[in-house]
Amino acid sequence: MAEVSLARAGIPTAEEILEPSPGTQLRRRIFGHAGLIIGAAVLLAIVFAAVFASVISPGDPYDQVLSRKLIPPIWHDAPKATWDHPLGTDALGRDYLTRLFYGARISLFIGFAAMIISGIIGTTLGVLAGYFGGRVDMVVNFILTTRLSLPVVLVALAVVSLIGSSLNVVIWVLGLLIWDRFAVVMRSATQQIRSLEFVSAAQALGCSTTRIILSEIMPNIANHLIVVATLEMAHAILLEAALSFLGLGVQPPEPSWGLMVAEAKGLMFFDAWLITIPGAAIFALVLAINLLGDGVRDVTAPDNRN
Amino acid sequence: MLAYALKRLGVALLVALTVSLITFSMVYLPGDPAMALAPESASQEDIELIRKIYGYDRPIMVQYLDWLFRAVQGDFGRSHYLNEDAANVIFDRLPTTMLLGASAITFALLLSIPLGVLAAIRPNSLIDRLALSIAVIGQAMPSFWFALTMMLWFGINWRLLPITGTDSWKNFVMPAIALGYYVTPGVMRLTRAGMLEVLASDYIRTARAKGLRPMRVLFKHALRNAILPVVSLTAVQFGFMLGGSIVIETIFAINGLGYLAWESIQRADLPMMQAIVLVLSVFYIVLTLLADLLNAFLDPRIRVS
Repeated sequence: MAEVSLARAGIPTAEEILEPSPGTQLRRRIFGHAGLIIGAAVLLAIVFAAVFASVISPGDPYDQVLSRKLIPPIWHDAPKATWDHPLGTDALGRDYLTRLFYGARISLFIGFAAMIISGIIGTTLGVLAGYFGGRVDMVVNFILTTRLSLPVVLVALAVVSLIGSSLNVVIWVLGLLIWDRFAVVMRSATQQIRSLEFVSAAQALGCSTTRIILSEIMPNIANHLIVVATLEMAHAILLEAALSFLGLGVQPPEPSWGLMVAEAKGLMFFDAWLITIPGAAIFALVLAINLLGDGVRDVTAPDNRN
Repeated sequence: MLAYALKRLGVALLVALTVSLITFSMVYLPGDPAMALAPESASQEDIELIRKIYGYDRPIMVQYLDWLFRAVQGDFGRSHYLNEDAANVIFDRLPTTMLLGASAITFALLLSIPLGVLAAIRPNSLIDRLALSIAVIGQAMPSFWFALTMMLWFGINWRLLPITGTDSWKNFVMPAIALGYYVTPGVMRLTRAGMLEVLASDYIRTARAKGLRPMRVLFKHALRNAILPVVSLTAVQFGFMLGGSIVIETIFAINGLGYLAWESIQRADLPMMQAIVLVLSVFYIVLTLLADLLNAFLDPRIRVS
């Protein structure tokens, strides 16, 4: 009886007082989510390898030593395997581990930059469509449908081949092509927030539309934005690898993982590890980013609390 | 229904028109198209001659409309490299790619729908977790690497399947898996979510209460309703897949549209590239139009909104 009256009076009950603070709850949710922790750990390791590539690498990514070509990795029971080249060397005698570390730089940089460009385009279109609705929504929907009907890989390959390949070209082509998911998710998230009372309150107070979008809408859709951003970064990394594999992405002698698979294609039936290692690296990076994104979605979704 | 269909058709036509404009403008991506066609040693007169022959001296609007009207009539110009009608070359290669796409989508549906249904019947069980792992892993694997790895094991080490060509159905097994697995995560998640929602609904409880056999409830009552969104997703994914077949066809040397696209890109064969992009885009537009109309036909709520 006493508890009921306390709750009615708006005084917190014993359980509510004993409940951990929101910060502690969030921390528990984060560390209780295995996927999130694994994804973050692998991604951190790859970022570390990329940032400190020049310090931790055993060699130089461009240095060709033809007398030391095609040394297998150390786990191969071959007389040539040596700790000087833990992952062996490629057909031009370049240290594979070193190229793998430097390749992480390219994948992360292209993935991140393309994600930023596509994120700016897609979020702008999606938020405008969701906030204004009506004609604006129709126009954005039209642009989105048009973009979706263009085959991404084909258009990216054609454009890169027509204007010449470089790191910047690859980033811009991917960034301009893969904004669709940002637009779709941001549009529906904005539509949901837009109808809530605090937005009406801000409008009634006479806030400018820019202010409402930036300080009322954006903070409330930020978790969706982070989730889509991770997915699209992973998507961009996969596309860069495919482009480089087909010879129209990053150009030799740069150590892109996709290009490393392409360069080793002719030798794969004799030295399978040449394609296994860079392929596994792409897989690990994309998997880590996706796990991180899924984890952030689970941890920040209000329905998953309690 | 008619009003909805006409509106939807109008949008599709407008999208197709915009896509054609984008495709046409590819000619001007390298700068001067006549310069791009001419060899290094060409004199100024040679370049002017090329400009005249290919009609690049006309106003751009005239060039576009001319190109568009020909394309509508099925004339995509001549391939610079093969010196054949681009349309003929495309329709020669299209059946192979369609066959590959159909096999890939069949594989994807056969794998993902049963897994999605099983995962929905027993949420958080071992099978649900297995399905989720397959989805997560599938989304992270680069398709070219997956294809090469399959080739290495099934083709070379175990000698089970041929690794290149299109001679028999065996040649299509690995390419179909490599192309199709990328679609499975999406279809599986959608099937699972749809089934979970439907299985919690009242009419399923009624069907169970009536004493219908569990299998009948599951397939006749539940799956039928849960499968609707999967139909449109499959249409969309099939369109994406044809565009993505360029990687797989190149690896397995399958002489389809994707391989043709890659060859044309290597040869800087612009009319061919434009024709392929346009055909694939229009195919996607038609496919999504049909899926939308089918959905509107099956679900009256869509027509009203």
